Amino acid sequence: MSVSARASVASLDFVALAKEFPGVRALDDVSFSVRGGGVHALMGENGAGKSTLLKILSGAYRPSSGSVRLDGIERVFGSTAEAIAAGVAVIYQELHLVSEMTVAENLLIGRYPRRGLLLDRAALRAEAARLLALVGEDLSPDTRLGRLSLAQRQMVEIAKALGRGARVVAFDEPTSSLSAKETARLFAIIRDLKARGHAILYVTHRMDEVYEICDAATVLRDGRHVVTHDSLAAVTRDALVKSMVGRELTNVYNYRPRLQRPEGLEVSGLAGPGLRAPVSFSVKRGEVLGFFGLVGAGRSELMRLVCGAVEPSAGEVKIHGARLASGSPRAAIRAGLVFCPEDRKKEGIVAIRSVAENINLSARRSRLRAGLFLDFTWEKRNAREKIAGLRVRTASADTLIGTLSGGNQQKAILARWLSENVRVIVLDEPTRGIDIGAKSEIYALIHELAETGVAVVIVSSELPEVLGISDRVIVMREGLVAAEFARESATPEAVLRAALPSGSSVSAAAA
Amino acid sequence: MSSNASASAPASASPFSRLWDSAGMLLVFALLFVGCSIFVENFFSVANLRGLALSVSTIGMIACTMMFCLAAGDFDLSVGSVVAFAGVLGATVMNATGNVALGVAAALGSGALVGFVNGVLVARVGINALITTLASMQIVRGLGFIASDGRAVGIRTDSFFAFGNSALLGVPTPVWLTIGCFAIFGVLLNLTIFGRNALAIGGNKEAAHLAGVPVTRIKVVIFTLQGLVAAFAGLVLAARMTSGQPNTSQGLELEVISACVLGGVSLSGGVARIGAVVAGVLIMGLVQNAMNLLNIPPFYQYVARGLILLGAVMLDRFKRRA
Repeated sequence: MSVSARASVASLDFVALAKEFPGVRALDDVSFSVRGGGVHALMGENGAGKSTLLKILSGAYRPSSGSVRLDGIERVFGSTAEAIAAGVAVIYQELHLVSEMTVAENLLIGRYPRRGLLLDRAALRAEAARLLALVGEDLSPDTRLGRLSLAQRQMVEIAKALGRGARVVAFDEPTSSLSAKETARLFAIIRDLKARGHAILYVTHRMDEVYEICDAATVLRDGRHVVTHDSLAAVTRDALVKSMVGRELTNVYNYRPRLQRPEGLEVSGLAGPGLRAPVSFSVKRGEVLGFFGLVGAGRSELMRLVCGAVEPSAGEVKIHGARLASGSPRAAIRAGLVFCPEDRKKEGIVAIRSVAENINLSARRSRLRAGLFLDFTWEKRNAREKIAGLRVRTASADTLIGTLSGGNQQKAILARWLSENVRVIVLDEPTRGIDIGAKSEIYALIHELAETGVAVVIVSSELPEVLGISDRVIVMREGLVAAEFARESATPEAVLRAALPSGSSVSAAAA
Repeated sequence: MSSNASASAPASASPFSRLWDSAGMLLVFALLFVGCSIFVENFFSVANLRGLALSVSTIGMIACTMMFCLAAGDFDLSVGSVVAFAGVLGATVMNATGNVALGVAAALGSGALVGFVNGVLVARVGINALITTLASMQIVRGLGFIASDGRAVGIRTDSFFAFGNSALLGVPTPVWLTIGCFAIFGVLLNLTIFGRNALAIGGNKEAAHLAGVPVTRIKVVIFTLQGLVAAFAGLVLAARMTSGQPNTSQGLELEVISACVLGGVSLSGGVARIGAVVAGVLIMGLVQNAMNLLNIPPFYQYVARGLILLGAVMLDRFKRRA
């Protein structure tokens, strides 16, 4: 099973692939080829069909029609196990590893070496070390996986795929949680896989990465194949973006100065887990305040304290001058402070309930109820209006929200908050993992909210985004507020410098 | 490998699957009913059907609140003990005071209290529901034995057990009460914000909390209702048996949970339908009744019940995957 021993070049073809769900055609007659020894970018807005295509490749879904050809042989995978056995590996954003087990156990899970009836520990360790060496990871095979960084875990996942003889490797936005240095390492490994003749499919929203690592690109839109470029040499960014959205995007951030009114949100001396010193700041009605910092700088922790998701140990929060009871999201929402959390799946949506129920989850009782019972008419109408207003792509209001794409889930969550009488909205990474089209819609919404006098706080790890939409930027570093910039003085260099730990020279956050 | 929630393909929306979704278990019940009427001697008679309905009345009442418990992602093992304890306490208080209302109040109050304590321990203190209700199941069972000294407490108030054995339009009163429970909790689940919130909590507790749903309060209310309804069922049972028996209804909690699972309630929370739960309860009772009529020895009946539960769950999984 040695990877280097396989000199042959893999090939992967999608032939007239289609997949239908109730009311939605997620993929429609998609054909393109991925050549071994190359990295092929797969691009498109959310809901374009990228995830569906990956799931068919990995054996999680069966196509409604069409097929996948591996090395010229037609394959229909009935399960993920069959796909793995055929040499396909899909590295998802969420890794499938067991944090309580060691690195070696994770690497060889499902195919442990045995001696008689017993586990052959020596062989396990030796094989694990060999696989780790393939990805250039200098780790003890006996380390518990839970102690590794996210980047290291990703390397383990890649090594695991190689150990299973993967010839086709698909990456689903692999760099979304990696620093620049870690990204560079990942790219080195991808180049190595390429040199060995593997066929690599690379799903991303980041243009820079497409030009840095990819040789070819395919763009999907609304489940259809738009274009495949066999070489990117003559293709401009604008052309790629245009083919993704089907329209030219001029200024995505669409910033306009706004009238700023009295304080909307005042936070003073707030302290709690994740903060190294009490934090104070305020936001005017009609103002957009950006929070920038590296992953782990304490931004999300601060927002959780502000919104009552975590009880602060000291300090107070005022909305329109009135003090908020601490430690209760319910009290915060009643006072008009709403929070859109970072982790959509874990904290935002109720995946197994309908889009309508998710949108109406925070609606006021007085609205949602007629007498003692639910007002079904209002509920339906409100959901439909919000779905249309925010252009949520869903078969119907009764579709389970978990079946929508990430961007559409995010829009539905935002719709939930617009059901309320919002005074302050706190958005934690609202555009993570979302395509450009949905992003610009969310930016437009933020401006619209600010213009009606809502105080907006937005946490983001994307520097251009923070600078593009904020009136003011606060930079956090290692659990402290490091600096504050007015829009005019917030240059990328100055903001990034303030965010980096002293003595560090890597730009870990610029996306 | 990729067993995250979004990986499961949504079921196709053919007319059949939609019908199955909304009324699948009721259909299974109807088929079983027709089958038994034709093939099982003495099944289709007024006396037998009345007996069948009576036999599921206790499970039926408690299944209503268990459905809420499961929908919100919890469960309650203490219900069987509460049934016994409420019967014993009610009988004791009635005998001591000669006042039916006082006995009923004491029994219902104690049941609600047990549920309230369960709820606070699970939702507020954060102890696992399995551990919490396993403990209260034993404590309350013990209290029932202590209060009665281990013996059945005969009820001396005629009006009370006359009520338990009365009938309206030929249907026994306990059955009417069960139908009432199904109606009340069906409305609560489908037509109120409370029901919506319970399902949202079971679907994703953290998201519900951040969306302003009062998670702790709703869970405490659900457990309190569970205790209250179990005590009510205990009183009705005591009225039927004309005594409060400390060792009745052992293992009832598992039968109730089985009926809910048969009715498609998800053990991980977030999914529940009252119609299907009614069907689940009826199927359990019907199978039991038919096996009795067919003179199948009780030892085999255990095996059959287990197999039916497994079969129903597998059918459901199969349907979801198709």
